[in-house]
Amino acid sequence: MSGEGLRAKAAIVGVADAVSPTGLLEGSTRALEVQVIREALEDAGLTIADVDAVCSNLSNGWAASLELAEYLGISPRWTDSTQTGGSSFEIHVEHAAAAIALGLCDVAVIVYAATPYSSFKKGGPGFGSRQAAPGPTPVAEWEMPFGNRMPMGAYALAASRHMYEFGTTSEQLAQIAVDTRQWASMNPRARLQELITVADVLDSPMQATPLHKLDCCLVTDGAGAIVLTSAARARDLRKAPALVLGTGTCHTHAMISQMPDLTTTGAAVSGPLAFAAARLSPAEVDVVQLYDSFTITVLLLLEDLGFCPKGEGGPFVSDGVLAPGGALPANTTGGGLAYTHPGMFGMFLLVEAVRQLRGECGDRQVPGAEVALAHGSGGVLSAMSTVILGTEATA
Amino acid sequence: MSEAILVDVPAGVGERFRPPTSPASEPFWEATREPRFVIQWCVPCDRPIHFPREACPGCLGTDLDFRAASGRAVVYAVSVMAKPANPTMDGRGPYVVALVELAEGVRMLTNVITPDPYSVVVGDAVTVAWEPLTDGRHLPVFVPVAP
Ligand SMILES: [Zn+2]
Repeated sequence: MSGEGLRAKAAIVGVADAVSPTGLLEGSTRALEVQVIREALEDAGLTIADVDAVCSNLSNGWAASLELAEYLGISPRWTDSTQTGGSSFEIHVEHAAAAIALGLCDVAVIVYAATPYSSFKKGGPGFGSRQAAPGPTPVAEWEMPFGNRMPMGAYALAASRHMYEFGTTSEQLAQIAVDTRQWASMNPRARLQELITVADVLDSPMQATPLHKLDCCLVTDGAGAIVLTSAARARDLRKAPALVLGTGTCHTHAMISQMPDLTTTGAAVSGPLAFAAARLSPAEVDVVQLYDSFTITVLLLLEDLGFCPKGEGGPFVSDGVLAPGGALPANTTGGGLAYTHPGMFGMFLLVEAVRQLRGECGDRQVPGAEVALAHGSGGVLSAMSTVILGTEATA
Repeated sequence: MSEAILVDVPAGVGERFRPPTSPASEPFWEATREPRFVIQWCVPCDRPIHFPREACPGCLGTDLDFRAASGRAVVYAVSVMAKPANPTMDGRGPYVVALVELAEGVRMLTNVITPDPYSVVVGDAVTVAWEPLTDGRHLPVFVPVAP
């Protein structure tokens, strides 16, 4: 059974993100959240008075969505503080679309902001900011004593296993970074815009074998927001709706050492669920936004979502299929590898998917994009969530 | 069972992050004082469990015990940390983080201790060894087994 009942019932009608080529943003995370919410509502042609549902994953205290709504001065009738790391926002879309379809709420706002780079520059905890301190958790007991550099060490383990089982090479992983950088070169807001070669990736400093520095995502500030409403109401709003055609979610573990199979993620479940709900196949997707925390993440997602068979991700990416002009345009902002990565990139995947469907992407626009897939990965390949969006023509 | 293999803490390194103990894992960590390597089992399911829990993740039952483990394992996934993950690993130079699959069938994260870290590959046979912690417990690490 899949969520086919949700097909085209709800739509993303407003998006916004705040990103800078310097990697730095001015203002508190709360101020950034309010800014992107204001912009996303304006994008939709709605106001804060229309909002009756909020989703927020990051808390400054104890309850993310309560604190956000209080700050905004609203009293939502539906709320979601789900926190699964970088895939939180895809899961929020799934939850909000279901709630809208059932009439539990009408207009939902999802928001995210983090400024780890600013924090780091000011001598703060950087990437670890807004994350819980170590405590008597399974991670502290069974992983931290061994000095696995996180998060890259977790992905390095997965890459080593994939190489062992399928003969995947560092050159193939590097090609993903090269293709992604080509997209970034067409995005004036991307943090890294100069083109790179496979040799550049392989010559960049080794971080945790087999991952080099250029296999790894950025650390920047960033913020984004999304507004959803019913498909019916969406048709009267300012921009063309991005209909939620299908969603799927699966989480397999919290710690990397508990991942059932290091070469297969929960996307092997979430992807087929989303495609079934959307009544679409991978071949019908025009543009994909796949969480590129590391090059290996993209490779695993391509296989698990069905764009190529398991184990064939290396050969699949080796001839530039993901690059501009390739058969499967991927991460058209420049991704977490080159656009922005404030710690949880899933928000930006959705924002770009919507913009591609609207034809708003300028130089990096994929011509005639009608179906877009955004896939979030949270934790350490832990929480997977797939969202398939389509234009009105796909409904 | 053969004599436990002890590895020295290299001179001049930081103190490791000392693992906290939870009620379910107490027997595991207490055994490391000798040191002995034990793994939690669910009695009715007759299956090993790692990490130790207060209920079996298969049947949710609480009929659990700890049994001697062979210490034999195979490297399932491996990464060499080019620089220390944090100050607790300072001074060790490049070191091996590995997921190893125990002969009993469960996996655990560990270090493979070897003078040649870049030589460790998936599929290598390893066996448990013990690095002393400052509180009298030992940390289970692994060393390569000569082919
Ligand atoms: Zn059991």
